[in-house]
Amino acid sequence: MLHVARLARLRLSDEEVERMIGELSGILDHVDRIGNLGLEGVEPTSHVVALENVWRADVPRPSLPQDVALATAPEPLDGAFKVPSPQADA
Amino acid sequence: MKELLELTVAEAAARIAATELSAAEYFSAWREAAAGDELNAYLSRVEHPLDHQDMEGPLGGIPVAVKDIFCTEGTPTTAGSRILEGYIPPYTAAAVRRLDEAGARVLGKTNMDEFAMGSSNENSGYGPVLNPWDRGRVPGGSSGGSAAAVAGGLAPCALGTDTGGSIRQPASLCGIVGLKPTYGAISRYGMIAFASSLDQCGPLTRDVTDAALLLAVMEGRDPCDSTSVGIEGGIVAPSREDLKGLRFGVPRQLDGDSFEAGVRKTFEATLARIEALGGEIAEIGLPSAEHGISAYYVIAPAEASSNLARYDGVRYGMRSGGDGDLLEMYETTRAEGFGTEVKRRIMLGTYALSSGYYDAYYGQAQKVRTRIAEDFSTAFETIDFVVTPTSPSVAFGLGEKTADPLEMYLNDFFTVPMSLAGIPAISIPAGLAEPEGGGKRLPVGFQIAAPAFAEQKLLEASYALEQAIGFDSRPEGVGD
Repeated sequence: MLHVARLARLRLSDEEVERMIGELSGILDHVDRIGNLGLEGVEPTSHVVALENVWRADVPRPSLPQDVALATAPEPLDGAFKVPSPQADA
Repeated sequence: MKELLELTVAEAAARIAATELSAAEYFSAWREAAAGDELNAYLSRVEHPLDHQDMEGPLGGIPVAVKDIFCTEGTPTTAGSRILEGYIPPYTAAAVRRLDEAGARVLGKTNMDEFAMGSSNENSGYGPVLNPWDRGRVPGGSSGGSAAAVAGGLAPCALGTDTGGSIRQPASLCGIVGLKPTYGAISRYGMIAFASSLDQCGPLTRDVTDAALLLAVMEGRDPCDSTSVGIEGGIVAPSREDLKGLRFGVPRQLDGDSFEAGVRKTFEATLARIEALGGEIAEIGLPSAEHGISAYYVIAPAEASSNLARYDGVRYGMRSGGDGDLLEMYETTRAEGFGTEVKRRIMLGTYALSSGYYDAYYGQAQKVRTRIAEDFSTAFETIDFVVTPTSPSVAFGLGEKTADPLEMYLNDFFTVPMSLAGIPAISIPAGLAEPEGGGKRLPVGFQIAAPAFAEQKLLEASYALEQAIGFDSRPEGVGD
């Protein structure tokens, strides 16, 4: 549970972990019903509409100006997104 | 003359086009109605000035309530989540832009389950929406605010999104029409992503004609969404009066015990109406549909866990824990910004996609998806439509199903298979029925599904049936 939470970049409280263990087990028990359906050889469907490549002309188009794209950021800085250091005491 | 707020969208648009009604007057009347929202249906209302010159087109002057999952330039957009509180998008979603180009205007943004994950609207980060028929009950979800706004006389029409039933189920619980078009009929550009292979937007309206009108404007290919293809031949107002020569398939797997007695009775009465209109009822097999919930609750959370990775406190929305290192900032922001159901689905999806489990869960669910789509294709060789109740029950009580997430998921039993197959489906109000355990009679929806891109045929049949049903009940105090 804690390993999955770390993969998902989610911090869970002890109480959340405890509750979720029970809930997710219940959901996975239900989901496990499809585990033994014998679907060897069935093609998986990732997309329902029969589309192959969709092309467009390789011509530059206008996009969001930098200041507009940065306007919604919690902490913009000098035309970039400011983030804390990846290392705690750097 | 009918009161302004009682006109359907088609009626109002016709009067405005004929200059019998002023677009500004009509819009102002709705703005005033929306301001009286006691259902928590709206998260924000748009206060833009009205410019008559600007409001020309087939929907000139028509106000639309827009689910808060669609980006609207200059207007806050939260997707029902605290993690996006205060976010003001720099651009407008393609579907909303198409409505705007047709003369319609956004009236306000409607409340919803956080990131569209829920069947009751109780997962909103901004409080639940109340059902206008009974304020102690849920309006359904996730497009609950949109459905409650239309049913409760707070908007003439609304936009919603449907990933596993999120337009059809709230339409059913609120006694209005809700249409989920074929995947690819309308652009998803600017629609905040939940499960990208399933998400599709569509209208919630008072009647079938209005649903056709909105779909006609919104459908089409959009270069910004490479999965959008539009509907060949477009959409026109439906006019069919009978169902002669049409075959309606009822899945054999529909077990009478899996839904409320009142819902069953209304469903059977509607089948009788279909026969009275000349339609034929046939039993069909959809053997894999019963595994729809299992497949859906792997595929949708898996895609959601990936889509929601972008909310990390860097580019938009809230940030918390910024004094620590980067990982701490990510984890703190997401811990504080996401609600319980969203965390649950991120965990489920991350697990299903994690190394060693991918084939057993995601791969297997995608194979079930193939089987379900094949079931529908086989059925459509001999029938024109598949019909089911939209929801196993009428609107349930606030708090009634929040303790058990699986029980809440099972609400989507009838709507999820169509989403997995990508086919269009509509819910139309079929009557009122008592909830289990008694009480005030509440709306029951009837679901009709059609082959991919057969929206026009679906709307024609729905229109004929709608006229025969003649559903004209409204919540108490609405339309009096």
